[in-house]
Amino acid sequence: MDKETTLDWYRQMVLIRRFEQRSSELYQLGKIGGFLHLYIGQEAVAVGSINARGEQDHIITAYRDHGHALTVGSDTKQIMAEMLGKSTGVSKGKGGSMHLADVERRYWGGHAVVGAHLTLAAGIALAEQYKGTDAAVLCYFGDGATNIGYFHESLNLSGVWDLPVLWICENNQYGMGTAVARHSSASSIMQKASGYDIPASQVDGMNVFAVYEATKKALAAIRNGEGPQFLEILTYRFEGHSMGDPLRYRTKEEVKKWREDDPIGILERHILAEKIANKDKLEAIDTAVEAKLDEAVAFAEASPLPAMEELFTDIFVEEN
Amino acid sequence: MAQITMRQAITDALREEMYRDERVFIMGEEVGVWGGTYAVTRGFYDEFGPRRVRDTPISEMVIGGAAVGAAMNGLRPIAEFMTINFAFVAFDAIVNHAAKMHYMFGGQMRVPLVLRAPGGGGRQLGATHSHTPDVIFAHFPGLKVVSPATPYDAKGLLKAAIRTDDPVLFIEHATLYQVRGEVPEGDFVVPIGVSDVKREGTDVTIVAYAQGLQVALAAADKLDKEGIAAEVVDLRTLRPLDMAPVLKSFQKTFKAVVVEEGHRSYGVGA
Repeated sequence: MDKETTLDWYRQMVLIRRFEQRSSELYQLGKIGGFLHLYIGQEAVAVGSINARGEQDHIITAYRDHGHALTVGSDTKQIMAEMLGKSTGVSKGKGGSMHLADVERRYWGGHAVVGAHLTLAAGIALAEQYKGTDAAVLCYFGDGATNIGYFHESLNLSGVWDLPVLWICENNQYGMGTAVARHSSASSIMQKASGYDIPASQVDGMNVFAVYEATKKALAAIRNGEGPQFLEILTYRFEGHSMGDPLRYRTKEEVKKWREDDPIGILERHILAEKIANKDKLEAIDTAVEAKLDEAVAFAEASPLPAMEELFTDIFVEEN
Repeated sequence: MAQITMRQAITDALREEMYRDERVFIMGEEVGVWGGTYAVTRGFYDEFGPRRVRDTPISEMVIGGAAVGAAMNGLRPIAEFMTINFAFVAFDAIVNHAAKMHYMFGGQMRVPLVLRAPGGGGRQLGATHSHTPDVIFAHFPGLKVVSPATPYDAKGLLKAAIRTDDPVLFIEHATLYQVRGEVPEGDFVVPIGVSDVKREGTDVTIVAYAQGLQVALAAADKLDKEGIAAEVVDLRTLRPLDMAPVLKSFQKTFKAVVVEEGHRSYGVGA
């Protein structure tokens, strides 16, 4: 990977990390309401895979969606405004943290009913196939989603209809507080794809380059007419499922062990070892990210809440 | 004017819209090779091919959800549930995804989707296959719910449903498929959300829709022989609900009867 790209990925990952930390602070101050699911620890998944997409490709994910929104290039200010439920947010303040979307960038959002958006992904892919384009859909979901009927119906349909979907399981080891081994009967998540004859592979989700390469390869296979593909990306969420998670289900030692594999730390060590940049350069990137987030938070805080009338707009496209 | 069945009227609407708009396609269980469980799409598979007439696995969750996704991304799907009883399996796809995408993402997404579902009781199918849950679906903002009673309305409303940019649940009472009525040749649309006075009268207002309309009209005939002039209002659409003709009629008659097929509590009449 060339130096500029590597540094840009570093910047994108730091942006997600710091965005999430800022969001956590704002949540604790009561400025963000609803639920808040942080992406800390999983940054290499969104950054590695979304940077591997073609501009024609679509993105859709579950409720842990801030990292994807930032990586597709949505305006950081508007994303933060949505977190605060403001009218200047990407979804006009009606979606909140779990429902960021940017249709112009082919980002179809975060979705908060576990597994449901896999069916939407199948439909978005069907539309591309119908129109005869070479676009694919990158559909992200957690390990917990692989147990619901939506998952199985969607994978099966994608196989039967040869839909251009890249199924991306972000296996962060827990469905809320229930460990994979306690919620999934299959010996690996990847194995579930084989029931539908969908080629699958496992990827180190802490290594942004590994994620990128695996995604590139899978998308090439889809465009080569090999049908839907499946990636199980092994990762870990360093924070709780959402704010207020009592974290009774895992040990501090386990978290500590995974934190040694911090995806940003791994990339940083790589950058320094390969002399792609020095510490000063990385610190300059961190500082620029901080300034961008200062601006985003200020914008969000200064923005108005949606007007009361907004409760009754956008219900139908064609009102009677 | 030609007398055709409601089944034929629905078939004609589907065929004409598929010729009119390349983005329109049909998906569902047995809609293709089989020709539709109620024979509504008989011949379509040969006429339009497997790209536009798509047999699905028995998977209501993904039938509903994938239709929503395809609609979001620029197509105009007509997804069929074999019966509305099976739409319960896709309840989340219908009320959370079809109905909420436009609103929740601040208007960024549109879901121009028609979900067709035969429904209604009275056919010796047992309790799980005999629901009339129309009003449950009509409860949710963001979803239009249409249920016609005549071949004319069926054709015109289905065309309107296919052409609107909003999701529409189009409920076909299965006992009405053989009902005949006058339908003009060619293209016409009946607007969604407009109730219709099907028979004028001065003494009592009967409000009905779908199969209930047949009951209401038969009752009105009977009442007529007893010297009572009943006015019959056909709702045609449950959401958005057009109450204006109902209220206007009530101001005339001061008496109203609501005919509906669902369970006693929390119905259309409520």
